[in-house]
Amino acid sequence: MKKLLIAGMMVGLAALLLAGTNITIKGSDTLVRLGQRWAEEYMKHNPNAVIQVSGGGSGTGIAALLNGATDICEASRDMKEKEYKLAAEKGIKPLRISVALDGIAVFLNEGNPVKELSFAQLKGIYTGAITNWKEVGGNDSRIILYGRENNSGTYAFFKEHVLDGEDYSEYTQTLPGTAAVVNAVSKDKNGVGYGGIAWATGVKFAAVRKTDSDTAVLPTTETVSGGSYPISRELYWFFNGTPEGELKKLINWALSEKGQKVAEEMDYIPLGKELAEKNMIK
Amino acid sequence: MQELKFKPKSRLREFLGEKLISVNAYIALLAIFLIFAFVFKEAIPIFTDGAVQQEASLEKMTFKQEFRAGREARWSWQPNSDIPKFSLWPLFLGTIKAAIIAMLFAMPLGIGAAVYSSEFADRRLREFIKPVIEILAAIPSVVLGFFALMVLATFLQNVLGLTFRLNALNAGIALGLAVIPIVFTVAEDAMTSVPGSLRDAATALGANPWQVSLTTVLPAATPGIAAGVVLGFGRAVGETMIVLMASGNAAIVSASMLDSVRTFSATIAAELAEVVFGSTHYTVLFFIGALLFVFTFLINLGGDMILARLKQRLQGKTS
Repeated sequence: MKKLLIAGMMVGLAALLLAGTNITIKGSDTLVRLGQRWAEEYMKHNPNAVIQVSGGGSGTGIAALLNGATDICEASRDMKEKEYKLAAEKGIKPLRISVALDGIAVFLNEGNPVKELSFAQLKGIYTGAITNWKEVGGNDSRIILYGRENNSGTYAFFKEHVLDGEDYSEYTQTLPGTAAVVNAVSKDKNGVGYGGIAWATGVKFAAVRKTDSDTAVLPTTETVSGGSYPISRELYWFFNGTPEGELKKLINWALSEKGQKVAEEMDYIPLGKELAEKNMIK
Repeated sequence: MQELKFKPKSRLREFLGEKLISVNAYIALLAIFLIFAFVFKEAIPIFTDGAVQQEASLEKMTFKQEFRAGREARWSWQPNSDIPKFSLWPLFLGTIKAAIIAMLFAMPLGIGAAVYSSEFADRRLREFIKPVIEILAAIPSVVLGFFALMVLATFLQNVLGLTFRLNALNAGIALGLAVIPIVFTVAEDAMTSVPGSLRDAATALGANPWQVSLTTVLPAATPGIAAGVVLGFGRAVGETMIVLMASGNAAIVSASMLDSVRTFSATIAAELAEVVFGSTHYTVLFFIGALLFVFTFLINLGGDMILARLKQRLQGKTS
């Protein structure tokens, strides 16, 4: 019996080693659903490839790329200067390729009478300057802030673009992923949260305007790819150097019409033909 | 009777057997020591490296800091920021708050169950209660955290009208559920090992069953119950998943049980995966890990020492 077990393990190990190319994708929780779906579709047409996708946050993915622990890093933000410097020290040449667009939506509980918010109001809310909903046209109750952990690309992007680099209020409750933020806001009638629009169920979006003179815009596919929704960003895949072989096939497939269609089905915003072709690896 | 001859062949086997077994024991000790050394080694730059001390010296991590010139001095944990902030006091307070709430919840339930199970329950019921409570210990902490996040938080918010849905009370109750089996098991063992002669003496003097339990057995078992509480506290301090999911993770300094808290363990769990190796943030996280290590080590050591003394006393070896 024991011998059978050992023999079985050796066969399994051999099979694993002889299997086709193994690709690891790690990083952004915003992108992880898309990464998984792309991996599934790609593996259907290319049974030789074995792709493993995991999340953990953009920061986690970038750290993995710099430590050589992943082939592709998914990130919802660009690498910071110190990360580029560290990469150079470690001999990694990060190549950044846009794979989709995303809007960061502001989530409100469906029972909240507030419908639109300006950047100034959002900044005040999230830095703790505005603490009551009645200051922005809602009920007289305390604003409960929900956000992401500090390794999240979404956290960093929101801080840079909406808070102008100011720190979040320490009363911001941090949750491990956008789905958790959506869940929390859906259960809390005084809650407000932010995250990728691909995740929202059970909450409503706030229409956002940049300055008081703009019209407030809801985040949809059209407004994000058209550029009228003010909080939008590119989602990236980072490689170490120019990808070749299976990696190159994968990225070109993701940027192709088929790949971008999958992204659209998953409620991400496709890049648009020109941007996609520009990013493909020749 | 025939004399048994001791053959040289089996002497060698015996020698090897003994050595192999002791090597196993040494490997376990070595592993613990090496983990200890690794955590402390990564935390040393707090004390030695000037660049790290710019942002996170012991003084900066403990007291209120004026992070931007002109603004009021405060405690803040914002490691990923233009001006990184590493105050440990909010995290320490959060850890203690959640652990204390857990103990306040677990002690009455655990000790009460132990008293009932050892003193008043009939044997069949006791043999049913003990394993069932110990099943509570087998529930994965992530399941308890999930339960607290989805069900308990909503329940508490509806019943108590709370402002913050995820708070120290929520996490503390879920932590308490995880700690009850520890307190129960140790307290119950302590009470059942009180010698029968003590109970008989009390009964002989005219005490009814309540009086025997509460005035004689319970005080005699107090060291064991104390050990159970101490061990439970150690578990509550080190528990990660429950607080990560149910406490809201906001690093606030306040006395209220109904505010969100951020604990040491949740901070490490949430942040260590992304941090750049060798950065100040990395060093501070390992410093927190070392603090946790020392804290829970001392707590568990204290609990074990109390238990050891109790055993010795019951066996009549000490006064």
